[in-house]
Amino acid sequence: MFYREAGDFKTTYPEDAQTFPIQFDRVRYYAVLAIAFGVIPFFINDYWANAVFVPFLIYAIAAIGLNILTGYCGQVSLGTGGFMAVGAYACYKLMTSFPEVSILIHVLLAGGITACVGVLFGLPSLRIKGFYLAVATLAAQFFLVWLFNKVPWFYNYSASGQINSPERTVLGHFVTGPNTSAAAKYLFCLVILFALAWVARNLTRGTIGRRWMAIRDMDIAAEIIGVNPLTAKLSAFAVSSFFIGVAGALFFAVYLGAAEVGEVFGINKSFLVLFMVIIGGLGSIFGSFAGAAFLVLLPVFLKNVLVEGMGWPTDLAAHIELMIVGGLIVVFLILEPHGLAQLWRLTKEKLRLWPFPH
Amino acid sequence: MLPDQILFALEVTLNGLMAGVMYALVALGFVLIFKASGIFNYAQGVLALFAALTLVGFQNGQIPFAHLINATFGTNLHTFGWTLPGIVAIALTAGVMVGLAWLIERLVLKHLVNQAPIILFMATIGLAYFLEGLGDVMWGADIKTLDVGLPQGISETVESATAALLGYGFFIDNLDIVATIVAVILVASLTIFSQYSKQGRALRAVADDHQAALSVGISLRFIWVLVWSIAGFVALVAGIMWGTKSGVQFSLSLIALKALPVLMLGGFTSIPGAIVGGLIIGVGEKLFEFTIGPMIGGATENWFAYVLALLFLVFRPQGLFGEKIIERV
Repeated sequence: MFYREAGDFKTTYPEDAQTFPIQFDRVRYYAVLAIAFGVIPFFINDYWANAVFVPFLIYAIAAIGLNILTGYCGQVSLGTGGFMAVGAYACYKLMTSFPEVSILIHVLLAGGITACVGVLFGLPSLRIKGFYLAVATLAAQFFLVWLFNKVPWFYNYSASGQINSPERTVLGHFVTGPNTSAAAKYLFCLVILFALAWVARNLTRGTIGRRWMAIRDMDIAAEIIGVNPLTAKLSAFAVSSFFIGVAGALFFAVYLGAAEVGEVFGINKSFLVLFMVIIGGLGSIFGSFAGAAFLVLLPVFLKNVLVEGMGWPTDLAAHIELMIVGGLIVVFLILEPHGLAQLWRLTKEKLRLWPFPH
Repeated sequence: MLPDQILFALEVTLNGLMAGVMYALVALGFVLIFKASGIFNYAQGVLALFAALTLVGFQNGQIPFAHLINATFGTNLHTFGWTLPGIVAIALTAGVMVGLAWLIERLVLKHLVNQAPIILFMATIGLAYFLEGLGDVMWGADIKTLDVGLPQGISETVESATAALLGYGFFIDNLDIVATIVAVILVASLTIFSQYSKQGRALRAVADDHQAALSVGISLRFIWVLVWSIAGFVALVAGIMWGTKSGVQFSLSLIALKALPVLMLGGFTSIPGAIVGGLIIGVGEKLFEFTIGPMIGGATENWFAYVLALLFLVFRPQGLFGEKIIERV
């Protein structure tokens, strides 16, 4: 009844090409923004920020990044954890070397550094494809983690081998360190996520996004119709790594505050983000959000049900959680290989006809 | 007499060869499934872990799901109170692996026919997580020792023989020697099976062309159950070897990751490739750790194999023995 194009006349080209052509979508989008920026910061407390909102926002950035590479450009990467580590350590080195510069600039620079590293490890993608490439990105994962573990310069020769984020402020409010309020953490991540998601959404529906999708659908055919695989693949690696680097920097500086590379940015992190992208939906920005929300909420939910509800010990609950996550991925791939985003699309198709489906 | 340095390097090489055999054992399972069904089975390492856990569980008479039952009903069950001899436990475990192969075909693969290879790959990652959780819930997550009567420790025969011959005793683990012999037998019997038996021919036909195989009356689903059973059996062998060597624990499933560069070097479709790739990786990483490792902080074994495979692939994308990749639009 509310969700349809009929009667919503477009009179200019920009109106016709806008991201949300249906009015209901536009209203919903602004409503979500208004709640995220205007309501949640006033009610958020430490538990909700640390358990749900901040990890969700940060993983959403990483998932968008990986989705650009895997979902839009078709290059499977298992090196996400390693690239997040690059972002985290770059941010740490910048924060400790130039304490007077704003952390916002450091986070973005960390993303830039990660983009350069990503391009470097993306070079083999010009020669190798598919599984071979997926395994090749494991080289990035293991090599980078080893590097940050073994070269003391990266962790400023600290005795524990850990990196700790110093206190930094934005506009007079702490965003890192122990004195940070939940609302400040949340808003800092939200602003960055909002800006990056906006960029990603518009990149993927423009020229460069179409190039990526052409490469994904059939690279040889794309090359024949004039898409340069070198620039297309490497730009996907660069943009994707930039997002993942920013996510890594935020994950370390804002969310954790202290990090040890092998524990935090190990191979499991790579798989977690990959699962978010699969469950959410390959090739969809909305899917990245949905997948991140799903896999952040699932452990919290299971913990509440299994440990507190049924009184099981935590180690047993953790194993059951592994089974459920693994099982869900298989079920998802069988029932809906295009993920939550496809379910959302189907819902919208249904809504368009509701309540008179004929 | 050779100088000590060279003898030492020789010993490192020999140990690398032995380690390579262990990698090759895991890689074999990958190759079998990839050849027969085009599925890149990430869960192979977890299969090995699951097999080893089940074997230990049977041997010690552990009650499956004891932890879960205790937590739900407040009981205090742990074991049946018997211990089985190694050979019986191995036979039982092999049965479980065949059942598992059948279940995987029934519940997962059947529904994913004709999906893109990458979807199948991700499904096996999900399967790996599921099996890892299942293994822990069934048998508990603590580190277990596995002993089915394989010889362990330093081989004194080799040490005294080399000491008499070269004046320098080589340290070689008995278990590695057994692993090498087992691997040779395994590869030989797999080759004979696939060359001379009816099922083996059907298997090769499916690997060659699914549709053509179907049209001459080969049951694709039977072949898949068969090949997953064989892969499960290979996983059991690998699980026994690795479990005896370093204990049955979660890190066992990570050897699957080590088998990946082995496959990239050898090519995904070649059984000899898996063996040769394993040996190259094994020797390469031991020698690299021995020569360059101390200069750059050690523990290079974590990444050396991947970087070697990565550099190698840039020059030969299909691996050493892989079929040439021909692409058509």
